[in-house]
Amino acid sequence: MKLSVWTYEGPPHVGAMRVVTAMKDTHYVLHAPQGDTYADLLFTMIERKDARPPVTYTTFKARDLGSDTAELFKQSCKAAYDRFLPKALVVGASCTAELIQDDPGGLAEALDLPVPTIPLELPSYQRKENYGASETFYQIIKMLAKPAYKTDKVSCNILGPTALGFRHRDDVTEIERILLESGIDVNLIAPMGASPDDIAKKMGRAHFNVMLYPEIAETTCRFLEKEFGQPYTKNVPIGMGATTDFLSEVSDLSGLGKMNSDKTRLRADWWSRSIDSTYFTGKRVFIFGDATHVKTSARIAKEEMGFEVVGIGCYNREFARSIRSLGEDLGVAALVTEDYLEVEAAIQNLQPELILGTQMERHIGKRLGIPCAVISAPFHVQDHPARYSPQAGWEGANVIFDTWVHPLVMGLEEHLLHMFREDFEFNDRAGPSHLASHNNQPIVGREDNTNDQPKDFKTQGLVWEKDAELELKKIPFFVRGKARRNTENFAKEKGVSSISRETLYEAKAHYAR
Amino acid sequence: MNISSPLHAKSGCSDTPILKERGQNEVFCGLTGIIWLHRKIQDAFFLVVGSRTCAHLLQSAAGVMIFAEPRFGTAILEEKDLAGMADAQEELNSQVEKLLDRRPEIKQLFLVGSCPSEVIKLDLSRAAERLTLKYAPTVRVLSYSGSGIETTFTQGEDACLASMVKTLERTEASELVLVGALPDIVEDQFLDILKQLGIENVSTFPSRTKSTAPRVGENVKFILCQPFLGDTCEALQDRGASHITAPFPFGEEGTTLWLKAIAKAYNVDSSVFEKVTEAPRNRAKKALEGVSNKLSGRSVFFFPDSQLEIPLARFLVRECGMKALEVGSPYINKKIVMPDLEMLPEGPVISEGQDVDSQLDRCRKVKPDLTICGMGLANPLEAEGLATKWSIELVFSPVHGYEQAGDLAALFYRPIKRRELLKV
Repeated sequence: MKLSVWTYEGPPHVGAMRVVTAMKDTHYVLHAPQGDTYADLLFTMIERKDARPPVTYTTFKARDLGSDTAELFKQSCKAAYDRFLPKALVVGASCTAELIQDDPGGLAEALDLPVPTIPLELPSYQRKENYGASETFYQIIKMLAKPAYKTDKVSCNILGPTALGFRHRDDVTEIERILLESGIDVNLIAPMGASPDDIAKKMGRAHFNVMLYPEIAETTCRFLEKEFGQPYTKNVPIGMGATTDFLSEVSDLSGLGKMNSDKTRLRADWWSRSIDSTYFTGKRVFIFGDATHVKTSARIAKEEMGFEVVGIGCYNREFARSIRSLGEDLGVAALVTEDYLEVEAAIQNLQPELILGTQMERHIGKRLGIPCAVISAPFHVQDHPARYSPQAGWEGANVIFDTWVHPLVMGLEEHLLHMFREDFEFNDRAGPSHLASHNNQPIVGREDNTNDQPKDFKTQGLVWEKDAELELKKIPFFVRGKARRNTENFAKEKGVSSISRETLYEAKAHYAR
Repeated sequence: MNISSPLHAKSGCSDTPILKERGQNEVFCGLTGIIWLHRKIQDAFFLVVGSRTCAHLLQSAAGVMIFAEPRFGTAILEEKDLAGMADAQEELNSQVEKLLDRRPEIKQLFLVGSCPSEVIKLDLSRAAERLTLKYAPTVRVLSYSGSGIETTFTQGEDACLASMVKTLERTEASELVLVGALPDIVEDQFLDILKQLGIENVSTFPSRTKSTAPRVGENVKFILCQPFLGDTCEALQDRGASHITAPFPFGEEGTTLWLKAIAKAYNVDSSVFEKVTEAPRNRAKKALEGVSNKLSGRSVFFFPDSQLEIPLARFLVRECGMKALEVGSPYINKKIVMPDLEMLPEGPVISEGQDVDSQLDRCRKVKPDLTICGMGLANPLEAEGLATKWSIELVFSPVHGYEQAGDLAALFYRPIKRRELLKV
């Protein structure tokens, strides 16, 4: 048993729903109690889908447990087929139905429906959403895809995009455009937009596969490499460097030589070199999310924004090893956890100036008064924008630049805040202009309540003298937490028990970079 | 026990045959009630013993997450817990110990059963007894089931309150209890009116903290504030309290009849009643006037959700002039909603339970001006051209009583108004 408050991933059958909902002409019959239908609203609310997910739930109740839940499953399955006439039927159980062991696969097969039925066995008590999506995609491909002659012109499949994926909709458009510009046809995109017919007839025709999201597509890519001889790309094209590497990989796989992707729309490189961005240098960022987005974000943060990565982590254990090794490369500890309280503690301890995370970290950021940009699922309805806003490719790099910079206090503004810190309107309590929602929020976890009259107070066995406390308050709020922490660490190191104004400045000099 | 309804017995929809539906139920399970119960009962923690699905449901149904660490969580069952029951009980002990260590302000702990815990027959009531002995008198541990195989959405609150009834202290005194979690602002308004009516010793259930819990006995009367509290109603009656039946306090008329039933039970002079309620009644009527003419003549279709459907349909038809086409409810407890059913003019299909696909067919066929449904259905129906009001808002916002009558009508008018406003 593990106590969980907020979870990063749903159960595996939600991953299966993400795959099936992304596809065409496919229906999922889920053996599940009433209540599990809540999952529909993830799609209709967060992603604003204009149709119900193609899922039929058996919604068994206590009284059915005493009689025949297997019969109920068969009836639901038959009724779903008759009503929706899918070209393929996916069947499976949610966590509760897994316990009653009705064997949805066997029951569906016994119905002898005129379309392929794909049974899923997703261990709900061991695995989670990404695994569910990956396994569902793999089972569908394994069952439906047939070997085929390769297309005359070099072509590829784009694999991995699903419903409820972070910016999948726009990433696909961007990557398809880049590939087309480079002279490569996109043969099939799956699961998003693919029908069972497409998978059966077209999947095998591509010369290679683009693995856009390893969390969802890696198992399938490996299978297709082995069965159909389709190699796949390992670079996920999120960020300028990664997109360049991706294109050189594509160049090798396709044998086409130079890629002619149109980089004139890329502005993020100049935006980053331009002088207003100077002040990004060394900004301390903490990165947490799914492994793929964390890895790509870490590279962008370090090489393309000039930030200092002070901590990374991911919630999907399947990728723990690669995140730990990235941590080693960066010289920071890597946190692999599903417990948001642990993430919060890490952030509180590191006091970064920017968090790149999921909606969970956005809430942590609000609580701690640290700006946050969302880089990964799970995300909130407001992180599923109406406008075109990919993460992948050249336009993705532009979007990422804007998104990450938005929550920060910009260069000149930072100086102005510092200059006029004692102005009654333009002070640090007022906060930066575009972060109005942060105004006057008590900052939990930091003891700098500026409304209080300064007085000596004890923290971690250290006493802050009145003048030091006053001086600390003159430091802009967005670096004050760091200044306090550095000073205290410095004092402890030096064996000083009372922090004076001098200690503060000695610490500042000590930590100057 | 009948109420002083302006209509006489055996009228309205009281005899309308109920269309009983079985099929896919597109409703939340009872765990969802935790979202509002944990805000209401301020010294309680709700520990769901369930699966990752339960945890995911709670955060999805909450829609937005609450910044502070919430007073609920899920003890997620893992493979090893399913293998041996003894281990599961042990595991639960250690989870509770950790939790209470970290959250010393908790005075009431609810172990909440889920579908998986019910299917593996994990005995949470035994666990609650054992843990109560261990943590008494500081913390009281109770258990109830919010599982989807037994409860639908608001029935979770019913199960929670029913589990608390046995803990209420006995009294010989004459007291009145308002039953059902209401937003504090509404609760305070009701308490204020009752005080003005001269009714003393009024308490609310659930109370905001353990120490202010109501007492129960032969001289205690209670009235339900929500229609979904059938088990709680029976449990209170089993402990000797008597139930005041009334239509539910939605709208000016509903609130007046609800208060009148209490006034009658306490022999409040009718002149006092008129005097006390006159001003808020007029305010409610005035607030309703502005909106009801916009709703008047339009048709409404309820998908089953919270059991509030019948009282709300009564309000929309009688006070806002709407025409009900179908009133679907997950469960109809006639003993409790009869006063509302009697007042609901004949005409609508009254349905209980759900077969969502065939209900969607019926809804598309009659093309209502307004459809009340859950969040899973609302956007798809909007995309098909139907105006919808998502029903969960009716459970989350203050809608009872005089001062909220106008707001309640406005909730239903908002989607219609928006469609009229938009040029896209």
